[in-house]
Amino acid sequence: MKFGVVVFPGSNCDHDAHYAVTQNVGAQASLLWHQESSVPSDVDAIIIPGGFSYGDYLRCGAIAKFSPIISAVTKFAHAGGLVMGFCNGFQILTESGLLPGALIRNSALKFICRPIDLRVETTNSPFTNTATPGQILSLPIAHGEGCYTAEPHVLDQLEAEDRVVFRYVKNPNGSLRDIAGICNAQRNVLGMMPHPERAADPLMGSTDGLVLFHSLIASLAAK
Amino acid sequence: MSTITPEVVAAHSLTPDEYQKVLSLLGREPSLTELGIFSVMWSEHCSYKSSKIHLKKLPTRSQLVILGPGENAGIIDIGQGYGIAFKIESHNHPSFIEPFQGAATGVGGILRDIFTMGARPIAVLDSIRFGPLDDPQTGPRNRRILEGVVAGIAHYGNCFGVPTVGGECVFHKSYDGNPLVNVFALGVIPKDKIFFGRAEGIGNPVIYVGAKTGRDGIHGATMASDEFTEESKQKRPNVQMGDPFLEKLLLEACIEAMHSGAVVGIQDMGAAGLTCSTCEMGSRAGTGVEIDLMHVPQRETGMTPYEIMLSESQERMLLVAEKGREQEIFDIFDKWGLDAATVGVVTDDGMLRVRNHGELIAEINNRDLADEAPLYDRPHTKPHRNVPMEAPDFASTDLKADLIKLLSSGDLCSKRWIYEQFDYMVRTNTLAGPGGDAAIIRIKETGTSVAVSLDGNGRYCYLDPREGAKLVVAEACRNVSTVGALPVAATNNLNFGNPQRPEIMAQLVEAIEGMADACAFFETPITGGNVSLYNETLGEGILPTPVIGIVGLLPTQAPVPSRFQAEGLTVMLLGGIGSSDEVHFGGTQYAYVLLKQMWGLPPALDMAVEKNVHLAIREIDAAGLAASAHDLSDGGFAVALAEASFDGIGAAVILPPSSLRPELLLFHEAPSRILLSTNSPEEVSKIADKLGVPTQVIGKTVKGQVVIEGHLSAAIEELQQPWASALENALHA
Repeated sequence: MKFGVVVFPGSNCDHDAHYAVTQNVGAQASLLWHQESSVPSDVDAIIIPGGFSYGDYLRCGAIAKFSPIISAVTKFAHAGGLVMGFCNGFQILTESGLLPGALIRNSALKFICRPIDLRVETTNSPFTNTATPGQILSLPIAHGEGCYTAEPHVLDQLEAEDRVVFRYVKNPNGSLRDIAGICNAQRNVLGMMPHPERAADPLMGSTDGLVLFHSLIASLAAK
Repeated sequence: MSTITPEVVAAHSLTPDEYQKVLSLLGREPSLTELGIFSVMWSEHCSYKSSKIHLKKLPTRSQLVILGPGENAGIIDIGQGYGIAFKIESHNHPSFIEPFQGAATGVGGILRDIFTMGARPIAVLDSIRFGPLDDPQTGPRNRRILEGVVAGIAHYGNCFGVPTVGGECVFHKSYDGNPLVNVFALGVIPKDKIFFGRAEGIGNPVIYVGAKTGRDGIHGATMASDEFTEESKQKRPNVQMGDPFLEKLLLEACIEAMHSGAVVGIQDMGAAGLTCSTCEMGSRAGTGVEIDLMHVPQRETGMTPYEIMLSESQERMLLVAEKGREQEIFDIFDKWGLDAATVGVVTDDGMLRVRNHGELIAEINNRDLADEAPLYDRPHTKPHRNVPMEAPDFASTDLKADLIKLLSSGDLCSKRWIYEQFDYMVRTNTLAGPGGDAAIIRIKETGTSVAVSLDGNGRYCYLDPREGAKLVVAEACRNVSTVGALPVAATNNLNFGNPQRPEIMAQLVEAIEGMADACAFFETPITGGNVSLYNETLGEGILPTPVIGIVGLLPTQAPVPSRFQAEGLTVMLLGGIGSSDEVHFGGTQYAYVLLKQMWGLPPALDMAVEKNVHLAIREIDAAGLAASAHDLSDGGFAVALAEASFDGIGAAVILPPSSLRPELLLFHEAPSRILLSTNSPEEVSKIADKLGVPTQVIGKTVKGQVVIEGHLSAAIEELQQPWASALENALHA
């Protein structure tokens, strides 16, 4: 089982994702440089980590979507490959059209870093299939632009298709309908603002993030 | 006709005597560019001319110190082939003029100091001080400064990807026109890959990397060496602009270049920019450096040599490479999308030679700039103080109301509004983040963790600079020991007023001497730091504010929490309830917040007792006996007890009989005390007894209540709610 962790200039959580996957989950991982135009054939799943890709000076993820690696990730996803975007990764996935909606400035207009509670809204996804429905996970958030927004009909569709994967128990950033994470219609691309890779080590105070990685490994094994 | 008139000399903040020294060193009249170069290198900020002879009193050596003061950052050995590099630096003046960029570039500057050594930054802490937020006149401005400073630190640290894991935020009227922004950074470094700012190797190329040079920050170092006047706001162009993303790229590229083996020496361009990096690198190596400014990447057109040499544009580094390996360096910087250009060469004659399109612009001996700055033994008399020794009459009518007022005061209230704007978890090493006694960062490479505490106390130091400085060191060492770490080294930031006033100089001298005594006693050598003088506005100096950063080491493990975690545990006071009297109560938070006065002396410190308390708590922590441990400091016993209760488990305690009146008993700030909860009180006492440390069993942990028998009783919520909401309320008043 091998994860590919995308590295943009400014991807600050690349090392954290790599460490969590290799040290806490026990899988393999390799780093994928932003200028690479294909995904290595031995990569089973891709993580787009958090951070500030290209500085995010224009709009979070707005430059990253034009990078060679994102074209490669898009192809990988369209072929059914599993892709997870955390924080800035979620922003990049919405910017690049792999997921609907957008992440805008937090309603309080400030960066927020704190552990929050998250409810698993569906276990019908390769990222949550080993969780229990309604399970509460304690995961950190750390973002300035994490307010999920989309047209009402898009939100209705997400709900109708059971694509809201996580909701905030107590909404920290103004996200519409408390949405913290969603998947695409094919259910192989996940975007979420909280950081599961920061909750994978008992020393960090929570290991609730592990359920995502374990689910993903289980679903790959079942294939 | 001479262009260097006395007015021009004065405008460069050089005294007539200093100018005479320039003339005699050069043997001729300087050009304007040369005068500018001298003025920044000889500024207080770069030369430490008022403090240097006193800084020599500080202890700087121990078996763990790999590198002491003099380089960009100190380094200590943490074993298994690794070291940690750390330093604290101030950005006080820029943060007053432009809070957001001033604070942001303060973070950027200290991060460069760390990675210049070859260390990857893994933690930032900040010690920030402002005027009161509720002052009718200055409150609105103080609130804007605080919000700007916090946003600036968050912007830079978050985007760069370094966690901001702790620090302190303090308020006092004397910081009204002169906020303090001291930023500490720490990085991890393989011991065999330490780099120095030295221009070694005659004929080696001098390479400029990073951001292009613009007109920002010209004479920033000279500005930082002046008092503020009404005109200071016009100095806004002296403040630099930060680009954390560029700095992140610069970090990655520099570390990659260093690991390539092609880099001989490297230094960041911080204060005094290209001038400082060239002459210091040459001076340290005993070589000369010749550069031509036409090769310097420039952001603006028509910049003069004077402007290029003195610009403090951010995110730039100067490196010396092995001759013939330039292309390797260029390729690495190109990969990260950064400029890199050969601007000059290392020479054998010890001179800084600056050309512009071949024309000679400046020619000065490197050592004259870096090492020959005038040194002053400025006169110092009795430290300035303008408060009585005797206590005023006071009597509390409601101790619980007093406690609530203290908990919702600026210095003691929750700083969550601030630290939640900082990403304190990125890099997944933060074992203990903001809000505890000390931050703890795990070093993934070694299985060791590092505990850090920043501490300062302007009121203690105002009442007695020498004892105040000792208390500050003692408290920071106590913080680090409370979480189970052995304090091993220190870095200091000395924030004072105008050293040309003998009573201010006396504060500086006595504080340095006190700090030297305490650092020697607690075995925490000072491996580097920063001096920030002229912190005055319109002739009003700040409280003398030496800030210490103590670094400690402990094995990587789940940290001992500072708050009570379970009901029914025994609550103990390690070090006992301590002693005080009216005179030693005059610097406490109680005196400041409730009586709005300052008098007398700071609390009395016995360093031998203090050190034994540190030994005891570390042994108690290591034996796994403490379910929680929290040191007593600002606000005294009652405040510590309340703080320890904010996870919902409080305590019911009975204090032993004491001759102290209730206000003193509950709120005096005698050092050498730690509040802990345990289920093995006998074991704890055994350790304490062995070390001669008094302990008192004072009660039990209970759910939801804080009770001090005979004095006060409160539901935790009554105390916690005002504590938690005070800062936000004050900001949005």
